[in-house]
Amino acid sequence: MSANSNRQENTKQVKNLLADAEFLEEIRRQMIRFATLQLGDSHQAEDAVQEALIGALKNATSFGGRAALRTWIFAILKNKIADTLRHKQRVVNASSLLREEDEDEDFSELFDRKGFWQPDERPVVWGNPEGSLREAHFWRVFEACLDGLPPKQARVFMMREFIELDADEICAAVDLTTSNLHVLLHRARLRLRECLENKWYLQGEKNDELS
Amino acid sequence: MMNCREATQLMSESQERKLSLTESMSLGMHTMMCKGCHNYKQQMGTLRKITRAYAKGKNEQAEN
Repeated sequence: MSANSNRQENTKQVKNLLADAEFLEEIRRQMIRFATLQLGDSHQAEDAVQEALIGALKNATSFGGRAALRTWIFAILKNKIADTLRHKQRVVNASSLLREEDEDEDFSELFDRKGFWQPDERPVVWGNPEGSLREAHFWRVFEACLDGLPPKQARVFMMREFIELDADEICAAVDLTTSNLHVLLHRARLRLRECLENKWYLQGEKNDELS
Repeated sequence: MMNCREATQLMSESQERKLSLTESMSLGMHTMMCKGCHNYKQQMGTLRKITRAYAKGKNEQAEN
């Protein structure tokens, strides 16, 4: 097969995948959730997702199936988000400075003055983490916990765990030092863990209404 | 001895970088003696699993 017809074949494959309504809907939902978290604005998130999907269709080349395509579409989306954020920064600099201050927390409610767990904050054994993944209530609790994170922590946590970027890539994308990133991820994990424990695992793993 | 604040920080960092021998030995000592941090360590693994399941849309397949 010539290089050209090979390319056409691949393009067709990607277009078929993007025409698969179920696949597209799933990926779109994930993208919008991610973009909203990153941008803090659902209209801008919709726009970024729209543009990323159009970009993916226009430049469809070679992909070894869904996983690779998904990674690639998210890479396009990340660029769109980065562009939008650069524009935004000029406008909302003042309010993002305030946000930085909010995130300067000390966690003294978790640890005592010597740095050991406060007795009532000490992590307990979680009952059935695998089983929880099948419970819709659990996922509502998880989303509420994620939404409760300070924006900057949520952003880097999602980049790390949701898109699975490595530390260097995140530092480059959001202009952080490695030690800043470590601190932000640590805080995000501390908070998320605490939230899941309090709102799910200590509630008998069947809490259906969020307080 | 390392305190829990430092231990949790290292447990988090170990998900982004390889700890030095000294770091992982002092962390190992700490989690062996501290029940809270021992649980925390398990939970860090669980948290990663949860988030990756979430990224794959597991929450959409869950039962009400």
